[in-house]
Amino acid sequence: MERVIELNGNQYDVPVEVGNVQELLGHLELADRIVIVEKNRNILSKDAFDQPIKDRDQIEIIHFVGGG
Amino acid sequence: MLKIGNKTFNSRLLLGTGKYPSFEIQKEAVRVSESEILTFAVRRMNIFEPTQPNFLEQLDLSKYTLLPNTAGAKTAEEAVRIAQLAKASGLCDMVKVEIIGCDRSLLPDPVETLRATEMLLDEGFIVLPYTSDDVVLARRLCEMGVHAIMPGAAPIGSGRGILNPLNLSFIIEQSEVPVIIDAGIGSPKDAAYAMELGADAVLLNTAVSEADDPIKMAQAMKLAIEAGRLGYEAGRMPERDYAVASSPLEGLVPN
Repeated sequence: MERVIELNGNQYDVPVEVGNVQELLGHLELADRIVIVEKNRNILSKDAFDQPIKDRDQIEIIHFVGGG
Repeated sequence: MLKIGNKTFNSRLLLGTGKYPSFEIQKEAVRVSESEILTFAVRRMNIFEPTQPNFLEQLDLSKYTLLPNTAGAKTAEEAVRIAQLAKASGLCDMVKVEIIGCDRSLLPDPVETLRATEMLLDEGFIVLPYTSDDVVLARRLCEMGVHAIMPGAAPIGSGRGILNPLNLSFIIEQSEVPVIIDAGIGSPKDAAYAMELGADAVLLNTAVSEADDPIKMAQAMKLAIEAGRLGYEAGRMPERDYAVASSPLEGLVPN
């Protein structure tokens, strides 16, 4: 089943092997990075990273950058 | 010791992490500054370039307290969302409320800052609002139960120093929580002056990151803040209109 999500504002075709948020982070090589994930405007705690990714989900991957 | 919420700090210099020429210079500037609290911004990641280095990830996080800001927010709701995102990292429970109300001066929006502060305190955050040097607004924020108050010295990134020392001294006098002079510090004299006024700490970024030698400036700021604090604790001499001789007027050697 094809899944197209909105990932950080861009259309993104989810690869077949990516089932949940954790696997998406792994696929994007972000598994070891300090990131915060929002799914459909809900902030996910780390133990919710096993939530499945469905067609038309809105995912935001957020991080800390330099600032004053 | 600087006490914010339930945490204590030896350093009275809070350092921003934006706009350094390189990560290597930044790391060394942070090290010599001896800062224990570092501010960060929260942003959408450029996931299509995930290999970009990230300063936060290069830090020994056991040594630092992270102070995320809500920069980019224009409303209380946006600020609360950014604070919640930052907290979800599991790395911090403090937040610098920064809600800009004017794009040209980057001065904070007092109404949205008050609203966000109330909402974040309700959610259990350690809240440090960035505010203007308005004395009554500072009092209102303190009455809400903020954990520190952060009046600006001058507009963000302007480097103009302490523009209204009288207001800042009123804010310091009335506040029962730490007063951290934030924004507009340009040089070590400004930082020392803020501390001599009785501020508990100084938060700065551009003054170090945009210096010709950020590492040397980080050290200068650390020393200025220590000197200013010592001077404040020592209690300065009174100012007089006319000279008072330092050498005795008696026993002058006759001609």
